[in-house]
Amino acid sequence: MSNSALSKSSVGRKVLMALSGFFLLVFLLQHCTINLLSIISKDLFNEISHFMGTNPVVQIFLQPVLIFGFIFHLGMGIYLEINNKKARNVKYAMNKSAVNSTWMSRNMVITGIMIFLFLGLHFYDFWIPEITTKLVQQDWSGLDASGEFRYWAEVNHKFHDPVRVGIYCLAFVFLALHLLHGFQSAFQSVGFRHRRYTPLIKKLGNIYAILIPALFVVIALAHHFCCCSAASCAP
Amino acid sequence: MAANTGMNLTLKIWRQKDAKSSGKMETYQVRDISDHMSFLEMMDVLNEQLIGEGKEPVAFDHDCREGICGMCSMYINGEAHGPDRGVTTCQLHMRKFKDGDTIYIEPWRATAFPVVKDLVVDRSSFDRVMNAGGFVSVNTSGNAQDANAIPIPKEDADKAFDAATCIGCGACVATCKNASAMLFVSAKVSQLSLLPQGQVEAKDRVQKMVDQMDKEGFGNCTNTGACEVECPKGISLDNIARMNSEYLKASTK
Amino acid sequence: MLDSKIPGGPLKDKWTKHKNEINVVNPANKRFIDVIVVGSGLAGGAAAASLAELGYNVKCFCFQDSPRRAHSIAAQGGINAAKNYQNDGDSTYRLFYDTVKGGDYRAREANVYRLAEVSANIIDQCVAQGVPFAREYGGLLDNRSFGGVLVSRTFYAKGQTGQQLLLGAYSAMSRQIGKGKIKMYNRHEMLELVIVDGKARGIIARNLITGEIERHSAHAVVLGSGGYGNVFFLSTNAMGSNVSAAWRAHKKGAFFANPCYTQIHPTCIPRSGDYQSKLTLMSESLRNDGRIWVPKDMKDVEAIRAGKKKPTDLKEEERDYYLERRYPAFGNLVPRDVASRAAKERCDAGYGVNETGEAVYLDFSSAIMRYGREKATVDGIKNPSDQKVRELGEKIVEAKYGNLFQMYEKITDDNPYKTPMMIYPAVHYTMGGLWVDYNLMTTIPGCFAAGEANFSDHGANRLGASALMQGLADGYFVLPYTIGDYLANDIRTGEIPTDSKEFDEAEKDVKQRIERLINNKGTKSVDHFHKRLGKVMWDKVGMSRNAQGLQEAMAEIKQIREEFHNDVFVPGTANEFNPELEKATRVADFLELGELFAKDALERNESCGGHFREESVELDGEQKGEAKRDDVNFTYVAAWEWNGDPAASVVHKEQLEFKNIELKQRSYK
Repeated sequence: MSNSALSKSSVGRKVLMALSGFFLLVFLLQHCTINLLSIISKDLFNEISHFMGTNPVVQIFLQPVLIFGFIFHLGMGIYLEINNKKARNVKYAMNKSAVNSTWMSRNMVITGIMIFLFLGLHFYDFWIPEITTKLVQQDWSGLDASGEFRYWAEVNHKFHDPVRVGIYCLAFVFLALHLLHGFQSAFQSVGFRHRRYTPLIKKLGNIYAILIPALFVVIALAHHFCCCSAASCAP
Repeated sequence: MAANTGMNLTLKIWRQKDAKSSGKMETYQVRDISDHMSFLEMMDVLNEQLIGEGKEPVAFDHDCREGICGMCSMYINGEAHGPDRGVTTCQLHMRKFKDGDTIYIEPWRATAFPVVKDLVVDRSSFDRVMNAGGFVSVNTSGNAQDANAIPIPKEDADKAFDAATCIGCGACVATCKNASAMLFVSAKVSQLSLLPQGQVEAKDRVQKMVDQMDKEGFGNCTNTGACEVECPKGISLDNIARMNSEYLKASTK
Repeated sequence: MLDSKIPGGPLKDKWTKHKNEINVVNPANKRFIDVIVVGSGLAGGAAAASLAELGYNVKCFCFQDSPRRAHSIAAQGGINAAKNYQNDGDSTYRLFYDTVKGGDYRAREANVYRLAEVSANIIDQCVAQGVPFAREYGGLLDNRSFGGVLVSRTFYAKGQTGQQLLLGAYSAMSRQIGKGKIKMYNRHEMLELVIVDGKARGIIARNLITGEIERHSAHAVVLGSGGYGNVFFLSTNAMGSNVSAAWRAHKKGAFFANPCYTQIHPTCIPRSGDYQSKLTLMSESLRNDGRIWVPKDMKDVEAIRAGKKKPTDLKEEERDYYLERRYPAFGNLVPRDVASRAAKERCDAGYGVNETGEAVYLDFSSAIMRYGREKATVDGIKNPSDQKVRELGEKIVEAKYGNLFQMYEKITDDNPYKTPMMIYPAVHYTMGGLWVDYNLMTTIPGCFAAGEANFSDHGANRLGASALMQGLADGYFVLPYTIGDYLANDIRTGEIPTDSKEFDEAEKDVKQRIERLINNKGTKSVDHFHKRLGKVMWDKVGMSRNAQGLQEAMAEIKQIREEFHNDVFVPGTANEFNPELEKATRVADFLELGELFAKDALERNESCGGHFREESVELDGEQKGEAKRDDVNFTYVAAWEWNGDPAASVVHKEQLEFKNIELKQRSYK
C-alpha cells in the first residue's frame, strides 16, 4: 500500500491530524514568542515583525503552508466528526461520558471551531490589513506616516477595544482546552507511547496548553492596560 | 452480611421487536431484589415476572456469566457494563445499586452493531475484522517447530497476553463517543505483532484489519480514552498507539 | 455389536500404524466433500479449522453470536502436555498412566495413549498460532503442576488458558472463514440430525435470529457441542451449554456412553439464594494454600449462621479440618471427587456454614502467617509483630492468587484476606457423552463426536488441565485424519441433496416440536421445570447416589417431563429471536437425558471416580467408608441405545482391557 492509503483509512487520517497538529503547535510557539517581544521590546518586535512580513521564504513558502496546514486540520477534523456521528445512528437515552473521559477530549470539534471563528476576527484585525497594505497598496516598507515601523503601534491600537480583548481572552481559553487534549493526543495518534516518556509528555502537554494561551492573554491584557500608544509607555 | 432483600427498582429498558422495527424505552418495576444478585439475575427475575404476566421477556445476550465469554452487553445507567470497573455485566452485582434507584438499560449503540432485538446486538462486524487478518497463517500440522524453539522475552510475552485477554464484548465501541473499534482491533494487532510468530505478516495484517474496520462503519479514534476505562479486561491504550505505529510503518514501506 | 476399532500392535505404535493404514482423500477430491461441524469450542473449532485447511468445505454452527464465545473459553487452569521441558521425568507413558489412573481405570488405554502422544503437538501448534502462554524470564515456556500429579506438565496463560487456546482455534477458523473454506453459521442451533441411507448426511438447524428452520447437508457431521452439566440447572457451565445436538444424534441411533460420569468440582462459590443462575468456579490451585474446615461444635455453626460469631472468632481447636483429619497423606490436596464428597458429608451432617447450609471454609490465614514469617526472616526483621507478619504474608498471597481473591470479593463482597472464603462443590464437567470408536465416529456412520461431547478419554474422573488437551487433540490431530478414512468412500457421492424425504421428515419433526412448545400456553416458565430437574439431579444423582434415590429420581424426572410438556409456557412466536423457545428445546432434551443419567448411575453399582454409590464402599480397614471400585463386574463402558423412552434404553457393554497398566485402588490416606 502506498502513502495515499494514509489519507483513506481512519488510522491514516488520525496520523495526518496529528502531524498537522504538531505543525500548528510549533507555529503557535513561534507566534507566542514573537508576540511576547511586543511587551518586552518594541523595537525588537518591530524588527522581527518586519522580517517576518517581508521575508520571501516566510511569505511565499511558509505562510501558504501554514494556511494549508490549518485548513487541513480544521477540515479533516470536521470531516472525521461527521463520520463519527454516523457511526452511532441511535443515541443513548442515558450516557455518562464524564465518568470515563474528559470534556476536552470529547469536544475537540467545538473548541476547534471556536478557535476557527476567532481566527476570522484575528484575520480581519491583522492579516487582511497587512495584505491590503502590501499587495493592494504595494507598500512593503513597514513604515507608518511618521516614518516609524507601524507594527507595534497597530497591535497596541487593536487592544484598546475592551470587547476585542475580551473575545481574544475567551478564544485563548478555548485554545487551552483544545491543547489540553490535542498535545498528548497527537503523540498517541502517531503511535508514540512509552512507559516512562508518555507521562512526561502528558505533563509537558498540560504545561504547554496552559502556558501558551496564558501568555497570549497576558500580552493582550498588557497592551490593553499598560502599554498605551504613548512612546513613554512603550517597552 | 445478611442479604438485603428489600430493594425495589425502576427499570427503563430499550424494547425493540427486531432489527427492522423501531424501538423505545419502557418502564418496569422489580421488587425484593437481593443485593447478592448479579445484574443478570435481576434481569432473570424481571423476565420471570413478565412471563408470569403473559408478556414477552426482555431479550439480552449472556452465556458464561463469569465474565469471560464476552456475550453480555448492556449499557447500564450510561456506562458499558454498568458503574463497576473491570467487570462485565454478568459480574456486576446489585449491591452497586440502592433501593428506589432508576436504572437505564440500553443495548450497545453503534451503526456497526445493529440491534437484533431489545438489548441484543449483532457484533459480527468484529468477526469480519478478525477474518480479514486476525491470525497467524499457519496450518495445523503434527510437526510445527518445537514450542521452545524461539524464546520470547517474558516482557513481550506478558504484553501479548495482556492484549490477548480482550473478550470481544464491544464495550469499547459502545462507550466510545465515535463508536470506534480501535481498542478491539489494536488488541489483536498488538498481540500478534509482539510475538515473533506474528511478525512475519504484521504489515499485511494491520492494513487488512484496519481496512475492514473502516468498511464496517466504526468511527475514528479521537483518543478520549473512554474505552480503556470501561473495558472489563483493562485493555490498555498502549495497544492503540502500537497499532498506529504499526500502521504507519506498514503504509510508509 | 460395539466395535471400538482399536488398532492392533503394541500400545505405543497403534496411532502411527493406524495413520499409516487408513484411507486418505486425495487433495483434489477434498473440495467435493462437505463437512458439518456443530460447535466452535476447542474440539469443534479446531476440527473446523483443520478440516478446512485440508481442503474440505466446512460449515460450522454455533448458537452464540460468535465462534469465539464457546464455553471452552472459561477454562482457567491450564493444558497438560508431555513435553518434559522441566526435565522431571515426564513422558508420554507417564501422562497416559496418570490419565488412566486419574480416571479410575474406566477409560480406553489406546485412546488415552494417543491423547498423551499428540499432547506435545498441541503446544507446538498453539505457540505457532500466537497463543501467549506464560513464559519464564529466559523466554521459554513455563509449567506448573496441577491436580495431584507428580510432574510439572501444565502449560498455562495466567488464569485464562481456555480463553487463549480458544482464541487460537478461533483465529485459525477466522483465516479459513476469510478464505471461504469455512462457512460460519452464528446464532444457529442444531435441532436434528438427518440420516440418509443409514449415514449422517446433514442437520436441521434453527436460525436463532429469524426463527427460520434450515436444512444443511454434508458428507459427514462432527459434533463438538460440549458437555451436559446443565442438566443440573446450576453448574459452572455457560447458560447456553446444552446436550441437544448430542441428544438428537443419540435419538437417531448414536449410543450414549457413561452418562452418569460427572465431575463435581470442590471449589466453587456457594449458592446465595433461589435466584442463583449459575455457579462460579474458583481455581483448584487455591487448595495448595487454603485449608478447608467447618466448626467442630454445632453451636458454633448456629452462631455463625445467626451472625453472632465470625469464623475468625473460632480458635484452632474449635475447627474441624476434615480433609486433613480424614486424609492425612494428601490433606487438602486430595482429588476433586474426594474433596467434593467430604464437603457434602460435613454439610449433610449439618455443619454447613452459610444460610443455605451448603458451604465450608477455605481458609488462607495459616498460609498468610506462614508466608509472612518466611518473608520476615528473608527481610531480616527480628521479632515482627503478628500484624507485620500478616501484612507481609498477605502480599505474598496476593501475588499468587490476587486475581482470584479479587473475583471472589467482587461476587461475595467478602474480603478473603481477612475472613475465610466459603466454597461448595458444583457440577463442572461431564466425562460421559456420545460413544465413539477409535476414529471418533459414533454408532451412526458419518456422525463423529469430539471433545467433551464424546464419552472421551477421561474415564470416570478427569484430571485437572486435561479437558483442554482432549478437545484440541481431537480437533487438531485426531479427527482430521480419522474422518478421511470414512470420507474416502464419498469422493464420488457428489453433493447431498436437501430435498430428500429424509430431510422433509426431519424438518417436519423439528417444526412440530417447536409448534407444540409455542402452542402449549401452559402456566409455568421453562426455568421452573429446569430448576426442578436440577434439584432432583443434585439431590439424588449428585455427589453421592444410592439405588433408592436413583429409582426415585427416574420417576420424578419422568413426572417433571410430563408436566413440562403439558404446562410449559413459551412466550413469543417461533419466527423470531426467542430465547425462551431456545431454552425450552434444550430443557426438553435435558429432561430425557436426566432420566437416562439416573438409569446409568443405577445400573453401575460400583463407586468409581466421580460416580459414588453409597452401596459400594470399603467396609473396614484403613479405607473404611471410601469409594470401592468393582473391577470384576464393571470394567466396561456402558453405551446406551435409545429405545423410544429413556427408561427403556438398552445398554451395550464395551469391555475395557488393561494390558499396559495394572488396576489399583486409589488411596489418599
